[in-house]
Amino acid sequence: MGKKWEEMSPDEKQEAQFQKLLTPKDPEGNDLQFQSQQAEANYKASINRIKDAIQLKKTPDRVPVTILPSMFPYINAGMTVEEAMYDYDKCTAAFKKFMLEFQPDMNIGASAPGPGKFFEILDYKLYSWPGHGVKPEHCYQCNEKEYMTAEEYDLLITDPSFYFRNFYLPRVFGALGGFTMLPPLTGILEMYGVAYNFIPYALPPVQGTFKALFEAGAEALKWAMAMGGSDVELKSLGFPNILGGFTKAPFDVIGDTLRGTRGIMVDMYRQPDKLLKAMEALVPIMIGMGIGASQQTGNPQIFMPLHKAADGFLSDEQFDKFYWPTFKAVMLGLIDGGCIPFPALEGHWGSRLKVIQDVPKGKTMWMVDQTDMAKAKETLGKNACLIGNVPSSTLKLGTPDEVKEYCRKLIDTAGKGGGFIMGNGAFFDEAKPENVKAMVEITKEYGVYE
Amino acid sequence: MMSKELARLLADLKEAEVIEFLEEALEQGTDPLDLLEGAKEGMNIVGQRFADADYFIPDLIFSGEILKRIVAILEPRLKSGKGEEAERMGKVIIGTVAGDIHDIGKDLVAFMLDVSGFEVFDLGIDVPAQKFVDTIKETGSKVVGLSGFLTLAFDSMKETVEAIDKAGLRDKVKIMIGGGQMDDQVRNFTGADAYGRDAMAAVQLAQSWIGG
Repeated sequence: MGKKWEEMSPDEKQEAQFQKLLTPKDPEGNDLQFQSQQAEANYKASINRIKDAIQLKKTPDRVPVTILPSMFPYINAGMTVEEAMYDYDKCTAAFKKFMLEFQPDMNIGASAPGPGKFFEILDYKLYSWPGHGVKPEHCYQCNEKEYMTAEEYDLLITDPSFYFRNFYLPRVFGALGGFTMLPPLTGILEMYGVAYNFIPYALPPVQGTFKALFEAGAEALKWAMAMGGSDVELKSLGFPNILGGFTKAPFDVIGDTLRGTRGIMVDMYRQPDKLLKAMEALVPIMIGMGIGASQQTGNPQIFMPLHKAADGFLSDEQFDKFYWPTFKAVMLGLIDGGCIPFPALEGHWGSRLKVIQDVPKGKTMWMVDQTDMAKAKETLGKNACLIGNVPSSTLKLGTPDEVKEYCRKLIDTAGKGGGFIMGNGAFFDEAKPENVKAMVEITKEYGVYE
Repeated sequence: MMSKELARLLADLKEAEVIEFLEEALEQGTDPLDLLEGAKEGMNIVGQRFADADYFIPDLIFSGEILKRIVAILEPRLKSGKGEEAERMGKVIIGTVAGDIHDIGKDLVAFMLDVSGFEVFDLGIDVPAQKFVDTIKETGSKVVGLSGFLTLAFDSMKETVEAIDKAGLRDKVKIMIGGGQMDDQVRNFTGADAYGRDAMAAVQLAQSWIGG
């Protein structure tokens, strides 16, 4: 067995994670039974290919290819997004069809639509989704607002969990209003007076909230069982899902769903020290979120969608002061915990490359949207695996030949010497299936290394 | 003189100093209209700095916040509403197309067009094609900006351009698109006249089409 997990170096932890992926188990903990020898061979070849692309130690046998869709698999199967969100069996069936049709080396599972019923039970206000503010055939979209007020930083900094439960969650989930009446858990210390802490649980609004939680939990479990079953089946067919979970850069945690874009940018001027302190308080929480998810799923890749620091969003100085330090700290913490941070550079990030290239070699993978891939390769690509950046516009509006030409160029530039995974640049809902197929085919054909 | 100083403080984003200066100036009997003029000049400098990439989105947003406070102080002291509206260079209609509810990029473009001297008709989010058509007819605007974040917006933009065409207005307006996954390939698909990558590109396009 060798060393205990805690004694391992980050290198050894990463290696152990890949070995675990290479010897997959079924839900009972026995060795997974593949549906054929070919499926087993494909599965292992894909994992090894991805491993080589990430580690940058040796060139893979060929460029791995992935498809990271939003609602494409469901729309392509002829269903509405609403159906995919509410009928879990239909959702997983569509995802299986998608995997069998396109055969990428790695996938992120069928969980993108999420459980519609669950959102309904909790009266989720942070998003509009089909039947709740957007059309049945459209993807859910975020309702950005100041869910945290400018005056609440001290509450967030002092006790983030208390702040989330008593202030933030009741604002984004209509059914969780009872949380506002609960005292902090840290008041529960010793026998004298302990009972006072529990009085709120007798109040009808609190009980109503807990009833909604039980119901939502049951629905989430039902959905998770469908997702888990789909994952095991796809693995047995030779397709690894390598997504271990997700976390965020602290600036985006505050800028996306707490203070919002306008709020956080005003805070940079009016209360920069509090903003910085709050982001620092979020660092260990965001690391723990990623490591926890990775331990639960057994997959090391921790996705980090990056939003509010794309080109133009911040000056270089603002990026260096407000975004990069805590984002980097989260990545380093994840790496220490045996995870592989998987940030997505959504939009254009060319102006950030010179800063973000400063990451430990062979420990991260980056989804690249519209950033110039040749420039990304010369900088970030020296230390990290790049994924992408086939444009949504070409996938939806182009021809298979145009897609192939774009991919050939990518393989010649970004693929040079390894460290590249072919894929789309941004999560997409709509595309011509023949274009998606062309992306996979050309990679398997042209992406073979000598 | 007073208005120059206010313009400088606002352009440098000195919020506390702006408010202090404003209150003192009013106490000394400075004409609120002069001060409003200074604020406008300050915003022009902000816009210029943004165009020169000295300022970025946080600076733009914060300048807007300071401006809101200035206007809140000056407005009750101005005799007729906002005073004389400076002559605008032209009218621009902007909105996020049907099905898409993203507004951050659209709001920034509207803001930059406004500080650059255009009269902006912001139709909001999830705007039906017909609403664009109606607003072109009502305002006689010569420039339309279509915003969208998702791939679904490709079709909505195309439908909007087609609706404008069907209403017989296509040769009367220039149409620009921007946001999320937009690029020249999408522009070509939608039948719009231009794609702009950011808020400054939108301003430059509007200027090239209707001057200013």
